[in-house]
Amino acid sequence: MNIPRASTQGALSPLDVEAVRRDFPALHQQVNDRPLVYLDSGASSQKPEQVIEALNNYERHDHSNVHRGVHTLSQRATEAYEASRTKVQQFINARSVKEVVFTRGTTEAINLVAQSYGRAKLQSDDEILITEMEHHANIVPWQLLCEQTGAKLKVVPFDDTGVLEMSRLKDQLTEKTRIVAVTHVSNALGTVNPVGQIIQLAHDAGAVVLVDGAQAIPHGPVDVTALECDFYAFSGHKVYGPTGIGVLYGRESLLEDMPPWQGGGDMIKTVSFDETTYNDLPYKFEAGTPHIAGAIGLGAAVDYVTALGSDCIAAHEHQLINYATERANAEKDMHIFGQAPVKAGILSFALDGIHPHDIGTILDQEGVAIRTGHHCAMPVMTHYGVSATARASFGPYNTIDDIDVLFRAMDKVREMFRQ
Amino acid sequence: MTELRDLYQAVILDHNNNPRNYGKLTLANRHAEGVNPLCGDQVNVFFRLGDDVSVKEVGFEGRGCAICMASASIMTETVKHLSVVQADQYVTAFCSLAVGENSDFTGRLDLSTLNILAGVKAYPARIKCATLAWHTARSALSKGGASVTTET
Ligand SMILES: Cc1ncc(COP(=O)(O)O)c(C=O)c1O
Repeated sequence: MNIPRASTQGALSPLDVEAVRRDFPALHQQVNDRPLVYLDSGASSQKPEQVIEALNNYERHDHSNVHRGVHTLSQRATEAYEASRTKVQQFINARSVKEVVFTRGTTEAINLVAQSYGRAKLQSDDEILITEMEHHANIVPWQLLCEQTGAKLKVVPFDDTGVLEMSRLKDQLTEKTRIVAVTHVSNALGTVNPVGQIIQLAHDAGAVVLVDGAQAIPHGPVDVTALECDFYAFSGHKVYGPTGIGVLYGRESLLEDMPPWQGGGDMIKTVSFDETTYNDLPYKFEAGTPHIAGAIGLGAAVDYVTALGSDCIAAHEHQLINYATERANAEKDMHIFGQAPVKAGILSFALDGIHPHDIGTILDQEGVAIRTGHHCAMPVMTHYGVSATARASFGPYNTIDDIDVLFRAMDKVREMFRQ
Repeated sequence: MTELRDLYQAVILDHNNNPRNYGKLTLANRHAEGVNPLCGDQVNVFFRLGDDVSVKEVGFEGRGCAICMASASIMTETVKHLSVVQADQYVTAFCSLAVGENSDFTGRLDLSTLNILAGVKAYPARIKCATLAWHTARSALSKGGASVTTET
């Protein structure tokens, strides 16, 4: 993911933000009698009209089960479902649609790899390398796998600015390392990790790499072929699509070799009580009736992002994060967690003496939606010795104005607490 | 802002800034830990019960938002010197008050101090912040220290 550098203030956004905002109906409402300022896209983004319409259209006209009927609706549903797969394939530049497995989300995609690839390939004393800045979704599945196989989990630390310690990563990558699982963008710090470099190092050491792309996919172009990654996971609901749908990209040769994870309909070719033969990729990993509407909505979301231009979104968010960081740095009582030189649109912060939850409640009264808590990244909280942070995260529909509202609302927080 | 002031009253901010009975009790014979896994709030509640099963000493430690800390502080002041049975009635009464309901004990106990925290009922996401220390106290008093969590 290449985030173009943009100067901060006065810079013209590469997006027509007002037009983008018109596409998102949820943004146009009052919350606690104030215009909503949505700064929680990192947790879940809003959906544009185009996605809502695709979902609506499918549910109203085309719904039926996929891959099973000769009748018209089933064919329509199947075509739309598979068309979405092709859109995703092109979006991430996978070589083939066989490499695009629909899952429930990032979490399920990672669990799939851990349980299918991991259980088949790992033995006791093998090592799995993750980082200190992972979301729980990229920690716990590996811990489970370690319990099941006797493999060991190793953790690459990050420094206090939120940058991964690459020298430590190099030290910890050994011939025992079988899997490296790393987040592309940290949801708690905003750090963009050098995944291309990590993949090269891991491959040199003979390990496969899973990249958690949940926070990266919405914020800039991703090319899995250029990255040469083995697995890439992301969620629909963070990239302006529906919840309950996500993607596991897997290199075809690896997926081919992996045993199915769940059994059921759709993932088989033939079943008898003596022998069952599994379906081809990607269906081998899609047991049961999938989230058809979700996949179609995700396809529409991918179209939407493609039309805006991933690099334009990245450049726009870069302006926002630069501006927000400048403003935060000017506040004496404000601390930023994560000051990496390359960041996506995520500002994690604390105010002296005021707990993030209190900030969150007071901002909500001002119509400003942020996330507070540990962001499912408790080791990151532990690193800084805090139990929670406040986090503002940006999407293509956010403006410099939104950030000004955020900072004005922070003055209300201070007013409330510092009498 | 006026409504918010109902939640963040001066008394609450004072308890947050200067929590009463703060700190671990060295002579505690009851202890429980409470966590809210959704937000990472955490409190430890300590009691020293006398032979007559009343609260001789109480203390708490932890970290959390102003509501959580103030509520814990107020809890310790409330249950000090009460019998375990009475303390438990206050827990019930407080947990009802926090969601805007009455309990069997509402009319029978003096809830004037606890009412300071009643504003939390308008903020559903924050009710667990207010009740965490109380659930933890109940756990310490009843089971002698199982850890509690707000998520079940
Ligand atoms: C970096 C990262 N990984 C994984 C996830 C989990 O995504 P999901 O809950 O959609 O499976 C998230 C979501 O918060 C995330 O930010």
